[in-house]
This record gives sequence, C-alpha cells and structure tokens, in this order.
Amino acid sequence: MLLIEELRVEIEGKPILKNVNMHIPDGETHILFGPNGSGKTSLMMTLMGFSGYQVTHGKITFKGEDITHLPIFERARRGIGISFQRPPTINGLKTRAMVEICAGQRSLDIDMLSAQLNFLDFLDRDVNQNFSGGEIKRSELLQLMAQQPDLVLLDEPESGVDLESIVMLGDTINTLLGRAIKRPNQTSHKNTDNERSKSALVITHTGHILDYINADKGQVLYNGVLCCSRNAREILKWIREYGYEECVKCQM
Amino acid sequence: MSDVTSNKEIDLSTYKVDAAPHDYVEELSRVDVKDARQFLDVGVDPQENGRGGSFIQKDRSVIHCKSCQPGIEIMGISQAQLQHAWLKDYIWKNISPETDAFTHRVIESPHEGYFIRSLPGVKASQPVQACLYIASEKFSQHVHNIVIAEENSELHIITGCATAPHLVSGLHVGVSEFYVKKGAKLIFTMIHDWGEQVNVRPRTVTRVEEGGVIISNYVSLRPVGSLQMFPTTYLEGRGAVARFNSILVAGKGSHLDVGSRVVLSAPDTRAEIISRGITSGGTIIARGDLVGKVAGIKAHLECKGLILNNGLMHAIPELSGYAPGVEMSHEAAVGKIDKREIEYLMARGLDEEAAISTIVRGFLNVDIDGLPPALKQRLDQTVTETQKDMM
Repeated sequence: MLLIEELRVEIEGKPILKNVNMHIPDGETHILFGPNGSGKTSLMMTLMGFSGYQVTHGKITFKGEDITHLPIFERARRGIGISFQRPPTINGLKTRAMVEICAGQRSLDIDMLSAQLNFLDFLDRDVNQNFSGGEIKRSELLQLMAQQPDLVLLDEPESGVDLESIVMLGDTINTLLGRAIKRPNQTSHKNTDNERSKSALVITHTGHILDYINADKGQVLYNGVLCCSRNAREILKWIREYGYEECVKCQM
Repeated sequence: MSDVTSNKEIDLSTYKVDAAPHDYVEELSRVDVKDARQFLDVGVDPQENGRGGSFIQKDRSVIHCKSCQPGIEIMGISQAQLQHAWLKDYIWKNISPETDAFTHRVIESPHEGYFIRSLPGVKASQPVQACLYIASEKFSQHVHNIVIAEENSELHIITGCATAPHLVSGLHVGVSEFYVKKGAKLIFTMIHDWGEQVNVRPRTVTRVEEGGVIISNYVSLRPVGSLQMFPTTYLEGRGAVARFNSILVAGKGSHLDVGSRVVLSAPDTRAEIISRGITSGGTIIARGDLVGKVAGIKAHLECKGLILNNGLMHAIPELSGYAPGVEMSHEAAVGKIDKREIEYLMARGLDEEAAISTIVRGFLNVDIDGLPPALKQRLDQTVTETQKDMM
C-alpha cells in the first residue's frame, strides 16, 4: 500500500525527517510513536503533500505509484485520507456540505452516518466552528467515513476525547478500516475479509487507542529517524517503562 | 467619525432629471420579459410567488403597486401623501434635505418612491417586494421611501434595485426613512444589481422604538460604478434591536463605500453589524460605527474582507462609548484566503480552484434572516457566478 524510502524532509530549510523508511502492506494498521517534536505529524503532512514540507530526498510510493510530488487532491483521489488535529474553520461552509465534498461521487446517507457518530446536531454548523476537541475528532472521522480512503492517516485520534466517546471512535475507526466485528450493514464474513485491504498509520502519544483498535505493528520516530519496528503493545510497554530514549537505544 | 462624503466625484449636471413615463402594468406577470429577468436577479418575482404585495417603479413612473395582505399598505409616496395627511410628520423628519447634494436633489426633483406600512398588530406573513428600476440612459432617479411598522406589527420587505440590460450610465438617489414603532419588527432586505457606470447614493435613517427590531440585509454582488451609503439607525426605546448584514463584491472598476451606523441611546438596546466583502480589482470601504450612549447596551461589529487578485479593502470599524457600562466590541480582518483552508479541502479531494471557490462561497454565505428559500437559492447561484467571474 505505502512505501517510504530514504525520505528526508525540511521545513523552511530545517531538517525534520532525516531518513525515514517505512512499509505499510495492504490491510495493516501501523502505530507511530514518538516524543513531541520528533516529526510524526510532519511525516503525515508530507505523505498528504501539504505545502511547507519540502521533500529533499527519497520517494513515497502509494499503490505502486510514485506520489512524492503529486498535489494534495491527487493523493486524496488516489485513496489517502487524513484526520487533522487542528483543522481550520471554514466560515459559511456547513459540516454537511463538507461531508458531501468528501463523499465526492459516492452516494451516502449522511444522516445515518452522523447518527452513528452522535454528530447529527453539528451538520448544520460551520465546519469546525467552535468545535471542542472531541467534536473535531468526530467531525474528522465522519469526513473520512464519507471519503472511504484506502490509507488512513490518524493524528492522535484519542486526544481530547472523553472515555465514553473513545469507545465510539474506536468502533468508527475499525469500521473505517474494515475491521469492525459488528458490521452495521450485515455484510457476510467473506465480504468483510475482502474489504479488509485498508491500511492505516496512527499517531498516538498515550497508546490508549490501542485498547480499541487492532494494530499490526508499531514504529518509533525519534529525532527524525524511525528507530524501532515491532509489536505496538511491546513498544508501548517499553516506552512506559523506560522512556523514549532507552527504547530507542535498544535498536542502536 | 471619519469622512463619509469622500467618494468618486459625480458631476450631477451630466444626468437627466426627467424620463419618459411608463405605462402602468395591471398584472405584474405581464411586465416586459427583459425587465422581468432583471427583477428576478434582485429578488423581485414577477409571478409574485410567496410575496404579499409589490411596488415596482421604472424610472420615475410607478408601473405596478398592490397589497395582497390586509393591514399592509403599499403605494407610491405621492399617493400616500394624498391619502394620509399625517405623513407630513414623517417625511424629511429623519433626514434633512440639506444633508448633502443628493438629498437636495430628491426634494428638488422628486420621482416618487414607495410608502409601505403595516398597521398596528398586523403581522405580514409574506414579504412585500419593491423594485426601483432605471431604464433611461443618463437618468438620475430620485426616490423618497417611507416605511412604517406600526406598534406590534411585523413587516418584511425585499427591495431589488436594478437597471435595464442595455443601460450604461445612471444615478440613483434614494432617501429612505424607516419608523419601527413599539414592539414592531422590520426585516428589510435590499439587493442591488446596478450597471458598471451607475452611481448609487442611498440615504437611509431608521428610528426604532421600545422593543422594536430592525434587521437589515444588504447584498451587492454585481458591478456598480460607485456606491456610497451609510445608513444610520437610532435605537431610542428600551430593548430595541438592530442587526445589519452586508455582503459586498467589488470587481474591477467598482467602488463601494458601505457601512452602517447604529446609535444606541436607550438601556438594553442591542446592535450587531456584520459585513463581508470581497474585492477583485475594485475598492471596498467597509465602515461600521457603533455609538453607545447609555449603560447596559450591547453592540458588536464584525467586518471581514478578502482580497482576491488586487484591489483595496479598507475596513473602518468604530466604537464610541459615552457611558460606563457599555459593552461594545469589534472584530475586523482583511486578508487573502488562508492556505490551510485551501489545503484542508484539497485533502478531501477538491482541486485548488474548487477549494478556493468553496471557501469564497462560504465566506459570502452569511445567514440572512427571513430570506425566502427561492431567493436564497438565487443568491447562492449569483455568488457562484460572481466568483467564477472573479477567478
């Protein structure tokens, strides 16, 4: 699904990612750990193609195609979707219209989807206008549900979310990735398996989200370099026990 | 207070003060097809769907006028003066004819204008539409409008001002005096679609009594030579409320100097002025002036401007508080479209152009109270067309 090779990225001339190599196969969910400022969000922004993230070396391949220099919307149309931590407010653009934009040509029951996310009341509000942290998460997930990307980039999906909502968010993420146990539309198991080709890269600080979604692998980004790649829960345990610095050392 | 008289020089002598009269049209649906199309663009429906009455003036002639709602009076101002002797207590009482050269013209060579009144306690269920239309080249139209919402009544007026498609040059001067009595509510929506060389000088003053509400919406999306207006509202009774929304677009050659002033001189009065302007080669001077005279008033001003391509966007928000205990604020922002917003939409699959036009449409999409759905749709469509022209 996604292959990153020797990726180096600068922001305003300052190196942020120094040499990132990563492979996310079809259907796998990878967790990205790392301390503040290690470049996790920058990696996601680079994958999506945002301005200000200058790729100075390396290559990003998505579904076999080099997308390193494609514009943002081309990446979105090829199947990459991102949830933003702090998305901008767009005055006058209703959340419902935003979800319709995400759906593109796909037909979609926005009300039903929103009801699942307990988000019906927000459809007629300007997108992100005075949304709380948890409301932003729900709004972003609703948009991704409409967008149906094959590779989902989630930046701290659990931050700012209360304990009650995190279960719901976990369920939604699993549905998004085709990994839900309870299928809302009674799809047979066989179909479920077929649909399970969606991949994800998830940033987490606390690891709480691991209680709700299934991770295939964890990676640690430290100082602009990927240093560790193994079972996500193991990594989390190490980080909790010894801190990032020690965790990184084991690999060096 | 900054100078509001500064605007493009207008040589009044180049305009004609007379125009050929036009015949009265009994059935509005039988109005000239070309005119009808212009009417629709400014919210005036020749089929009168969902309208509670109409007033149509072409050049200096009232060509159609009728009320379909009991308790709502609609007529030309000269007719109203004949019918209501007391009208002398309202005419030129809010505005002095000596205000400027333009008001002076209205008293010197008057060309009708509308009189719309809701009787006490009458709540109009449908909006009244009024259209002031210029069809004669170089004509200078001078109208005097009076609107009275009597005690505890409700009145909604949609005024469309436009010119005939072939018209190049003209001048429109409108003196409007609005009276919102105790407990009454007036929603006044004005949509302008003038020509590229038409100069427009509305002069409006509103008085609002205790518990009265004025909601005024102003929309000018199409090219205009120069437009200068600064309607003033006096909230004189306790609890009176004023809300002003304006949506302005200035393309190349358009000069818009538009603002509102609200004077809050009674306790518990509230005012809100919201303005959104986009310049694409033209000039917008967006003024707002809130004057708080007594404690316990609340007023807010919001002025946002976008500069696409070139042009000037000049926001002049002003607050004057004359007593402790006034609560007044303003928020003004001028700039270009935030790149983060564009990229946010691009990440959802829109190309850059579509993303920008979505943001522009949203920017102009101020929630206008009391707009009939069909008119709202039409405005959305105009916004879409306008922003296509701008790109």
